[in-house]
Amino acid sequence: MEQLIAKLKDEIIEVLNLTEITPEHIEENAPLFVDGLGLDSIDALELIVLLEKKYGLKLGTAEEGKKVLYSVRSMAEFIRENNKG
Amino acid sequence: MNGPYYINDYCRICNGTVKVNDKVLYRSHTPDPAAFYTEVYKETAINYPKFYKMDNLCKLGFLASELLLRDKQLNSRYAGDDIGLVLYNASSSLETDKNHQLSIQDRSSYFPSPSVFVYTLANIVIGEICIRNKFYGEGTFFVDEAFDAERMYRYVNLLLYESHVQCCIAGWIEQHGPNYDGILYLIEKTNADPGGIAIFEPQNLTQLYLQRN
Repeated sequence: MEQLIAKLKDEIIEVLNLTEITPEHIEENAPLFVDGLGLDSIDALELIVLLEKKYGLKLGTAEEGKKVLYSVRSMAEFIRENNKG
Repeated sequence: MNGPYYINDYCRICNGTVKVNDKVLYRSHTPDPAAFYTEVYKETAINYPKFYKMDNLCKLGFLASELLLRDKQLNSRYAGDDIGLVLYNASSSLETDKNHQLSIQDRSSYFPSPSVFVYTLANIVIGEICIRNKFYGEGTFFVDEAFDAERMYRYVNLLLYESHVQCCIAGWIEQHGPNYDGILYLIEKTNADPGGIAIFEPQNLTQLYLQRN
């Protein structure tokens, strides 16, 4: 799990162009949006593409999206539970 | 009264050099525009992390606007909807359009990037500048074959004369591949104190543009 979280942090920094952020800056339980990294709606779309492109996973509903994209840990848990690859 | 209006300040970015009015702020030999823009951002101590997410066209326009407007306190002198933005270029958003096209070209690996797609319109650069500065006035982006001072003059002059726009940021923001060429003018109805750069006339727009740094 911790390995997956570390990998996700690197991937998030890359796809969101968070040039001035290092993995250590990202608190795995902190909210990604509004507080935390202050991500916006375009970033949310980019994270959805990340889940599909790298892990072959699609989010079913907006409600599920809110829960999954809440934090790095919630994303990692979703990947671990659903990724059969 | 149709003018005279005044070019009170300008920012020129071309050939690895950033100049505001007659002062060189930064000079570099970095050929890659993206790397050059990042250098300028850091060297001029701008703090706006969203800069890193912009495409190159927006970065060029954003940097020029930041440096043109630094310490000008436009918002204390004008209401947000009294400030207009009129930009021109030749390549529109073609560079980002092509990047987007590459991401959707292969049907078996079809992953368009939302953060690339949002920049597939040239006038997004106006939006970025307006969001940053809380400008709400008219914003227009024209695509033209080449820098045309006469055309720029006529439109901005009309805007200042016939609309409630009191102040206009206008210019040429061209970015395509390794080529970039930017100039922004701050045009106001009153002459700056101390005096501005020049009277707002086509020949003065051209003269400032032709300074190749």
